[in-house]
Amino acid sequence: MSKFGGSNSKKEVPSMSSGSLSDIVFMLLFFFMVTTQMRETENKVMVKLPEASEVVKLERKDLASYINIGPPTRMLQAKYGTEARIQLNDDFKSIEDIRDFIAAERESMNESDRALMTTVIKGDMDVRMGIITDVKQELRRCSALKILYQARKAE
Amino acid sequence: MGKKKTPAINSSSTADIAFLLLCYFLMTTTMGSQTGLNRRLPPMPDKDQKVEDIKINRRNIIIVRINSADRLLAGSEPIDISMLKDKIKEFLSNPADDPNLPEKETKQIEGYGPCQVTKGIISLQNDRGTSYRAYIAVQNELVKAINELRDEFSSRNYGKKFANLTEEQQKIVKEAVPQNISEAEPKDTGKK
Repeated sequence: MSKFGGSNSKKEVPSMSSGSLSDIVFMLLFFFMVTTQMRETENKVMVKLPEASEVVKLERKDLASYINIGPPTRMLQAKYGTEARIQLNDDFKSIEDIRDFIAAERESMNESDRALMTTVIKGDMDVRMGIITDVKQELRRCSALKILYQARKAE
Repeated sequence: MGKKKTPAINSSSTADIAFLLLCYFLMTTTMGSQTGLNRRLPPMPDKDQKVEDIKINRRNIIIVRINSADRLLAGSEPIDISMLKDKIKEFLSNPADDPNLPEKETKQIEGYGPCQVTKGIISLQNDRGTSYRAYIAVQNELVKAINELRDEFSSRNYGKKFANLTEEQQKIVKEAVPQNISEAEPKDTGKK
């Protein structure tokens, strides 16, 4: 009955064309490229963010500098212990280094943007306030007054 | 049909290549949208400046204290965190003009007119042993109280929620319901 069947009309079911598969994957790829951003630093501290319901979005991501506070990751615990540490850029630092860090961050920004600089404090939720208070005091001394306590959105 | 064409390049592997790229990007990037609680730290007082306490009327300040066991003290009585928001709202709005709650001053707001603005200040104090989780939870309750007051103010005056107002209206509401949270100088409760 087949209309188009030639003489050798016993055709098999044609295999599905996989040519468009790459297009689909590329589309996924572009989606992720657009919606994500490069991870600049390697995390050396474990940070479980606290939850809060009244969070606001960070407005200018390019004007943010990050201070991570938390216990070192599993792999580094043998070397550094489990005491909460401060991580700036890629390394463990102490309170005194914050001044240089803020100065360097400020230097790398446009003159007009410096007033808008936000320091994001990314603290683990089980950290004690002592270390955070120290960081806050140091930030006040450097007059980096705009801060953001990073938190997860909770319903 | 005998005549063969040049065989097309096998394109099934492009999908694999794209998958590889995709995995690379998934690993090295983070999803956007970082959220958190915005705060402004008070500037450091000058060294040679005389230490003089700004006289704030006692009724205008509420001290919220978190101790090292994450217990809360608001004003003078211990309080549960679920009650804190209502307490702060009552403190800031002072609906019955209670003489123990903060006074209000009439302020001219541009684009709105005279408005009763509270003079209340929330002072947040914590111990060095307080957990960060409890601290954020309390900060969150304080912000929630203020946000709700702002919402009430805007729906009373504009019939809309605060988030739906225009930028100028939001500015007015922000001025009418200020966010006065003072993060006090750290005190070493352990030493003193």
